[in-house]
Amino acid sequence: MYGRKVKLRFIFIILILLSLTLSVFLVIKSLEENVIYFKSPSDVKLLGKLDKNQIRIGGMVKENSIKIKSNEVNFIITDFKNEINVTYSGVVPNLFSEGKGVVAEGYLKDRSFFEASKILAKHDENYMPPEVKEALGEK
Amino acid sequence: MFKIFEPGKIFLITSKAPKYVMILFIIVLSIGLLEALIFSPEDYKQSHSVRIMYVHVPAAWISLGIFSSVAFLSLVGYIFKNKNFFLIAKSLAPSGLVFNIIALVTGSIWGKPTWGTWWAWDARITSMLILALFYVMYLIAWRIYEDKEQVLKITTTITIIGIVNVPIIKYSVDWWNTLHQPASINILSKSSIHSSMMFPLLVMTAAFALFSLLIFLMKYNTELIKIKNKGLDRL
Repeated sequence: MYGRKVKLRFIFIILILLSLTLSVFLVIKSLEENVIYFKSPSDVKLLGKLDKNQIRIGGMVKENSIKIKSNEVNFIITDFKNEINVTYSGVVPNLFSEGKGVVAEGYLKDRSFFEASKILAKHDENYMPPEVKEALGEK
Repeated sequence: MFKIFEPGKIFLITSKAPKYVMILFIIVLSIGLLEALIFSPEDYKQSHSVRIMYVHVPAAWISLGIFSSVAFLSLVGYIFKNKNFFLIAKSLAPSGLVFNIIALVTGSIWGKPTWGTWWAWDARITSMLILALFYVMYLIAWRIYEDKEQVLKITTTITIIGIVNVPIIKYSVDWWNTLHQPASINILSKSSIHSSMMFPLLVMTAAFALFSLLIFLMKYNTELIKIKNKGLDRL
């Protein structure tokens, strides 16, 4: 139905797309370390040696773990398998609260102690009006 | 095969339709804005800043959709050597870029009060920025190259490289740890967005789609007039 040229061009495009996708996949796969925005506490446990560079750690703020004394905030980041103690001095974002996602940027002191220079609140994908949230909480 | 795409017939539509699309756009946009800004509830966690989402998410969807269409049209145009497809792609692209920029800017405005930062180099945001760069490259290429054969090849090359980025944008939030939250709306499973917030989101998406259609019709109409003025009744 179509000419030989049309078929050839079609195959040509498919081949280009395949090889591009494959090479992009390989590049990203090898750069995975840098593509991820933050490490989880479990990732930190698996680190070969402690990273001297600035890193980001993300997870949930553990319930009842936020302690505020003068201008220093202490809390625990958990991924429900491992935990890391975080200390930070400065202003925290409005959405920073217990049981919610957080990303801390800073330096590891040791495997379970992290000194943050910046705190970002991570929002989850749930959107609902306050009344619905209350109704859910009562259940 | 593509007889229905004859410029003469299309010109009748593109020269008349914009008025009606404009009226429809204004109606749908007013309903969408009223729903999004006044009638929809505030969020339990982020309170009123959730309203930015009603602009941000539709804009991001439309810009992704338009880039995919541009790439698809360019590739089909290349395979079947149909120049009309390239003109449709060319006319679609500007509104895609506008919505891409809107998504980046509103995301930034939302990020400051919610995350505590204007910008983060996470996978979703960076890949969205790359998409904007591809849009810019695509549009600039059309302006630079006068030679028709050359411009078709170059724009096709840009879209074929750019299209690889689209699935990365979509799945970046699932594949890697990102600051950006994963998708709230899933076609196959239950959405994690309340129905009272879903409605304004869908109306706003329809409004933005109509706006893209309007800009597309006007742009495409101009392209057809250009061809007419050259004294060619075929592409």
